[in-house]
Amino acid sequence: MQRLPNWADIILVPFISLVLAAVISALVIFGIGQDPVAAVKLMVNGALGSTYGWGYTLYYATNFMFTGLAVSVAFHARLFNIGAEGQAMLGGLGVGIAALYIPWAHWTVALLGCSLMAAVFGALWAYIPAILQAKRGSHIVITTIMFNFIAAGLLNYVLVNVMRPPASMDPATAPFPPATHLPTLHELLAPFGISFSKAAPANFTVFIALLAAVFVWLLIWRTKLGYQIRAFGESDSAAKYAGIDPVRITVITMLISGALAGMMSVNTTLGEAERLILNAPEGAGFIGIAVALMGRSHPLGVALASILFGFLYQGGAELAMWMSIPRELIIVIQALVILFTGALDNMVRMPVEALFRKLRRSGDEQ
Amino acid sequence: MTFTRTLMLAATAVGLSAVIASAEPAVIFDLGGKFDKSFNESAFTGAQRWAEENNATFREFELQSDAQREQALRRFAEAGANPIVMAGFMFATPLGEVAADYPDTKFAIIDMVVDAPNVRSVVFNEHEGSYLVGMMAAKASNSGTVGFIGGMDIPLIRKFACGYVQGVKAVNANATVVQNMTGTTPAAWNDPVKGSELTKAQIAQGADVVYAAAGGTGVGVLQTAADENILSIGVDANQNYLHPGKVLTSMLKRVDNAVYEAFSQGENLQTGFNVMGIKEGGIGYALDEHNASLVSAEMKAAVDAAADQISSGALSVHDYMSDNSCPVE
Repeated sequence: MQRLPNWADIILVPFISLVLAAVISALVIFGIGQDPVAAVKLMVNGALGSTYGWGYTLYYATNFMFTGLAVSVAFHARLFNIGAEGQAMLGGLGVGIAALYIPWAHWTVALLGCSLMAAVFGALWAYIPAILQAKRGSHIVITTIMFNFIAAGLLNYVLVNVMRPPASMDPATAPFPPATHLPTLHELLAPFGISFSKAAPANFTVFIALLAAVFVWLLIWRTKLGYQIRAFGESDSAAKYAGIDPVRITVITMLISGALAGMMSVNTTLGEAERLILNAPEGAGFIGIAVALMGRSHPLGVALASILFGFLYQGGAELAMWMSIPRELIIVIQALVILFTGALDNMVRMPVEALFRKLRRSGDEQ
Repeated sequence: MTFTRTLMLAATAVGLSAVIASAEPAVIFDLGGKFDKSFNESAFTGAQRWAEENNATFREFELQSDAQREQALRRFAEAGANPIVMAGFMFATPLGEVAADYPDTKFAIIDMVVDAPNVRSVVFNEHEGSYLVGMMAAKASNSGTVGFIGGMDIPLIRKFACGYVQGVKAVNANATVVQNMTGTTPAAWNDPVKGSELTKAQIAQGADVVYAAAGGTGVGVLQTAADENILSIGVDANQNYLHPGKVLTSMLKRVDNAVYEAFSQGENLQTGFNVMGIKEGGIGYALDEHNASLVSAEMKAAVDAAADQISSGALSVHDYMSDNSCPVE
């Protein structure tokens, strides 16, 4: 079968999927008696029309970039890491412990220390499913899903019984000390004379996410390990024949994947909430799967897809706030995009491929 | 790449901004959802009543996630909404951070105290109302065993439970009160299925009146109680109508009054600490055509007498949150 030209693969197919999702969303909005054009305007303007909107869009995008990269790395070894959510929760626990119990002198060292703890906790949470897959053949999809629930239970226990300050009703830790607070984009950009919304939660972590994207690109395409991961993903029997240890690759890949997912919590916990709250990942671990699929597991694609999903999240919140669209419907709209770009990819891809084959054939005949 | 760029261009081209009419009040509902038939819905009713009486509009927002608390507060504050009322103690930490950034905006928080010059903290004496419905439960029970189903296991809900038990024991010192909490996370406010299971378990233990203080979870409690032909007690809003003849009464926590009052005072919202108990008309029990046949004249007289004593100070109901303990089990 002939392959699609690159531009069609990376841009045309996701674009058509998006348009389809947008059309159906518009019909849904129309169906409940609201104006779809106004809704789109509101979403675009609310998410991208001000530094406030951008601040939120980038904040959400940072979350999705980490989890998207985590899923991508695992996917290069054909491992479906559905557990980014749980790994991110545990990463949050790592951040919470580091930020509360270690007296950091400055946010830069706190950031390094907390990122390390988040990565270690996330990686350890991914290690158990990895070793079960590598040594015992327990399917990683099942184990990582189950580990999400265990992570939620564990965090619930720790927050309610151990880390909650006495007399507090909220299942959350005490606020982190001010020395650990990360600068927001407002504080970072002010010295350059750029005024950025003070209210928005986007913070220094967005640069860490971009660094992580570069790291993943280097790892997958510029190192021996990356080559081994890809070889193992393409064919494990051939990789084994070439002397690549499947246990080692499975475990290492999942450790990297878990570490990336765990680092998401640096953004939510250290960067935004400045205390550890229950359910801090807010489903970003699952959105990461859609982001990785849409970005075709390439760091650049993941970065762009995460901005799109950040836009959907922030735009969705604006819709809920300024139009009488119930919150359940916002989820429907977000789900439609995930459905079309993630799950129904082939529905668009196959006709497009057929179309290109036809065009090529008619080109040959002339 | 192209798509994002198109979006950016579109964003600058549109130039439409979400400006709202000046000083419209706003209300933010907690995760239980606007139509939980209980706490949040009561807040909505109050806002609605204000809007109808004054022929005005208000802004509202239903949270989808915890992360949106601060976002919603800041968004409404920046858009000029005033006052901003939020239903739920979970807003305390975000409000503590946000209130100082918008000194000209007035905030009102229900069920929690936030110490800031521009915040009105409204707390209710739920133990007083729970005491009254506890008395009614004990009088209506034939088995001598009554139930309590709480939402999230927090001091606030234990305050309901403690007041209820005191009321039950005041009528029948030998009565047994079976107590259960739905969970330890905010999800416990919106889990009618678990509420239903707990009700069945309490019925198995002999309970024939069940009091639900669990937000949306209570819908499942009341449903199961009606299905199993025992009596239930609603909470926050008047829930008697949900199952006429099966709901003994509802412990009224007039969140609607708190929201209505905050909206009425508008930009000149009186800040500070605000307690609403039986005396202030913030707490009571519901009596209407749906439960008239269940409440005997004797029962009503006893409960009204207790209510009078509580408002006059002759009877004091222990508040669990004052010392985090309850004198009776």
